[in-house]
Amino acid sequence: MHFASMNEFVAMGGYGLYVWLSFGLGLLSVAILWLSSWSTKKRLFKQVLREQVRQQRIQQAKQQPVKP
Amino acid sequence: MWKWLHPYAKPERSYQLCQTLLPWFAVLGGLSLFVGTMWGLAFAPADYQQGDAFRIIYIHVPSAILSKSLYCTMAIAAFVGLVWQVKTAFMAMVAVAPVGAMVTFVSLITGAAWGKPMWGTWWEWDARMTSQLILLFLFVGVMSLYKSFEDAQQGGKAAGVMAMVGIINLPIIHYSVEWWNSLHQGATILKMGKPSMAPDMLWPLLLCIVSWVLVSSAIFLLRLQNEIVRREIKRPWVVELALQNSKQQAPNNMSTDRG
Repeated sequence: MHFASMNEFVAMGGYGLYVWLSFGLGLLSVAILWLSSWSTKKRLFKQVLREQVRQQRIQQAKQQPVKP
Repeated sequence: MWKWLHPYAKPERSYQLCQTLLPWFAVLGGLSLFVGTMWGLAFAPADYQQGDAFRIIYIHVPSAILSKSLYCTMAIAAFVGLVWQVKTAFMAMVAVAPVGAMVTFVSLITGAAWGKPMWGTWWEWDARMTSQLILLFLFVGVMSLYKSFEDAQQGGKAAGVMAMVGIINLPIIHYSVEWWNSLHQGATILKMGKPSMAPDMLWPLLLCIVSWVLVSSAIFLLRLQNEIVRREIKRPWVVELALQNSKQQAPNNMSTDRG
């Protein structure tokens, strides 16, 4: 460990703002892109399922005789 | 070799390959990103000139290297798509673009935050920074050009041409620090002879670079899957896959479904 205390680690020898800004924004960007891609995957599958359910409903409606 | 490789151009096989690779890249990438970043932030020695501000290197250099290699990947995918008319190639191209834009953005942000304490300015319109900003615009351009077409294959062709033309920017970025006077320093690792960096600082940097490659690949694989599903959304294999997924996730809920 290069730093003696937690305070020193946070201070980064006076460059704390710049170091933590870089790592904060950088890792945040990675996290956001990962999470949004993951939620897109979930959303697409839900969309496929919804469409499937809709198709089945249409099929059923077609098979039932039309009421006068 | 072509006989062995060719089935992977089929979207369904590509999807399965992504599915197999994704957990490995995600887990190894996340793990190495954590270890590498902590190593660089807390355990590497401070620089004798820049003090602790030099630690920004552990996120700036990996993202900058990745931005160029991802552009290269995107251009190669575009080339394959344009020349051999492989549908999955354009999907790969579109899947890479946002990842590339993200790492380029990170390299610019971290560069600015490093420039302020060391050069006294957040931004300077010099060759390295301007060409890197153009790289970001190229990534965004490819994404939006693809989106602006109704037909995905058409959009892929247009965006592919743009991606290939834009590759001229890569040597400009690389040699910008040699061709023009720049605030930015020259190459440290990738130069002739030994890298001019102490091993204590170099090892965490190499680990960080590897981790960024793995994490970017993981996001790329995920996005490629999404793109494949989006393009093949009406195909029976996608429907089958969605049904299987919902069964795995909620085996109890299926009976109460309205379907």
